[in-house]
Amino acid sequence: MAGGFRKPSVLPGFGLTFGFTTFFLSALVLLPLGALVLKASALSWSEFVAILLDERSIASYRLTFGAAFLAAVVNAVFGFIVAWSLVRYDFPGRRLVDAFIDLPFAMPTAVSGIALATVFSPSGWLGQKLALAGVQVAYTWLGVVVALILIGLPFVVRSVQPALVEVQRDLEDAAETLGAQPWQVFRRIILPAVLPALLTGFTLAFARGIGEYGSVVFISGNLPMKTEITPLLIVIKLEQYDYDGAAALGFIMLVMSFVMLFTINLVQTWGRRRQAGMGR
Amino acid sequence: MAGAAPRTEVRPLSRRARVTRGVLIGTSIAFLGLLLVAPLGAVLVQAFAKGWEAYLGSFADPDTLAAIRLTLLTAAIVVPVNTVFGICAAWAIAKFEFKGKSLLITLIDLPFAVSPVIAGLVFVLLFGAQGWLGPWLQERDIQVIFAVPGIVLATLFISFPYVARELIPLMQQQGSDEEEAAITLGASAWVTFLRVTLPKIRWGLLYGIILCNARAMGEFGAVSVVSGHIRGLTTTMPLHVEILYNEYNFVAAFAVASLLALLAILTLVLKSLVEWRSGRTVS
Repeated sequence: MAGGFRKPSVLPGFGLTFGFTTFFLSALVLLPLGALVLKASALSWSEFVAILLDERSIASYRLTFGAAFLAAVVNAVFGFIVAWSLVRYDFPGRRLVDAFIDLPFAMPTAVSGIALATVFSPSGWLGQKLALAGVQVAYTWLGVVVALILIGLPFVVRSVQPALVEVQRDLEDAAETLGAQPWQVFRRIILPAVLPALLTGFTLAFARGIGEYGSVVFISGNLPMKTEITPLLIVIKLEQYDYDGAAALGFIMLVMSFVMLFTINLVQTWGRRRQAGMGR
Repeated sequence: MAGAAPRTEVRPLSRRARVTRGVLIGTSIAFLGLLLVAPLGAVLVQAFAKGWEAYLGSFADPDTLAAIRLTLLTAAIVVPVNTVFGICAAWAIAKFEFKGKSLLITLIDLPFAVSPVIAGLVFVLLFGAQGWLGPWLQERDIQVIFAVPGIVLATLFISFPYVARELIPLMQQQGSDEEEAAITLGASAWVTFLRVTLPKIRWGLLYGIILCNARAMGEFGAVSVVSGHIRGLTTTMPLHVEILYNEYNFVAAFAVASLLALLAILTLVLKSLVEWRSGRTVS
C-alpha cells in the first residue's frame, strides 16, 4: 500500500478492508470467471465457432435478444406512463402502487415464472380470454416477452421517476402559456429532459432480460429452435455434460454482459453531459 | 417523489387534463394489475385451490421441510458474509482514494450484469467433476457442486453487491469528517466505526441487508445450475417449487411459492418502512 497507490488519510482500516474486499472479489468473481474464460479459450477456434453458429444456438440468440428488446420497448412506454402517473398525479393508493413496483425485484423469479405460466396458460384467467382472440401467450415466444416485461418494469420506472421530478415545471407552464399543445409540451420539453433516464432504464431492462432464466423457463415451453432462450441452452448443455458447449455459450453471454455494462455507462455519461450542457 | 405530488394538487385541471389524467392512471393500474397483481393472486388461488388442509398438508412433506431448512441455512451463511463484505468494500471505497477504485466498483456491479445461469456455470467449471479444481477436490473427498457448498457459493456470488451498492454512495455522500475527528481525538478504529459510522449508515445497511436476504432466499437460476436437484438434500425452496410444479403437484408447488411470495411482500413492506424512516425518496 506504499507510494502513490493511495492518498494518505488519518482514517484506519484501509489495509484490512481493502485486503478483504480484493480477496473476496478475487475468490468469488475473478477466479470463477477466469475458469470460464480459460475453458472457452481451451477450445479450438473452429470448435468455438461451430458451437456459437449452431442452428439451435442462433435460434436461441434470436429469441433471447428479440424478446428482451421487445420487452424493453414495451416497458419504456408503459414504464414511462406508470412513472408519470406516480410522479405527476395524486390518487388513492398511490403510495401502495409505488411500493408495489419493486415486486419483480423482491419476488423470486421461479414464483413469478409459475404464476405467469398459470395466468397465461390456455386454461388460465388471461390465457382463456386471449385464446378466444386467437392469441396464445404461454409456451410461445410471446410468453418469453411477457416474463421479461415483468422482470424489466422496475428498472424503467425507477430510472424515470427521479428524472420526472426534476423536470422544470415552469418551462412547461411557459410553453403552455405561449400556446403549445400538450403533445408539443411533451415532445419538446418533457421527453428531452427524461430521455437519458428513459434510455438508462431501457438498457438496464434489456440487459436484465438477456440473462433472465427463472421467470422465463416456466412460461416459454422450452421447445428447441422455437422457445428456447440462450441461458436455458447453457443449462441443457450442462445437463448433458457438454461442458465445452456450455462454456462457449457462457463466454459469449459474459461478453454481452460486459458490452451491456459498457453501454449503460455510456448512456449515463451521455445523460450527465447533456444535463450539464443544458445549463441548469 | 413524495415531494412532487402536492405541487399538482394546487393547480386546477382543465377538462382535457382531467381526461388525460384518468386515462394515464387507468392505463398504469391496468398494466400493473395484469402484470403484478394477477400473478400474485394466481399464487394464492392455486395454493388454496383444495382448501386450507391441503395447503397446510403440503408442509408436512419432509422434502419440503428440508428445502425450507436449506434456504434458511443458505441465507444464514450468505447474508452475514455479504454484510461484512459490503461494509468492508464501502469503507475502503468511500473513505480512501486509491488507484483502480473504479475497477473495483465495476467488479462489485458484475453480478447484476451477468446471467444467473453464468453465475452457476462458472462454479461448475471451477469445482465440478470435470472442472479445474475437480480432481483435487475429489481426491480429498470434498464435494462442492451438487452439494450445499456450491449452493452457498452461487448464492454468495449473486447477492453480494446489495449491501455494498447501498453503502458506497451513502458513505461517500456523508464524508469522513466525523470519523477523522474521532480518530484524531484518540478513539480506536473499532470504536470509531461502532459509535460514529454505524449510527450514520444503519438505515442504508438495513436496506441493503433486506434486499440481499430476499435475493439469497429467492435465487433460482444460479442455484439451479449447481444444485443437482437432489430431493430433500440440495433443493432450496425455489428449486423445490420447480420440482413440485413439474410433477403437476400444483397445490404443494404454489403453497411453497406462497411462502416465497410472502417473503417478497414482507421485503417490500420492510423496504418501504426503511425508506420512510430514513427519509429517503426514490431509490
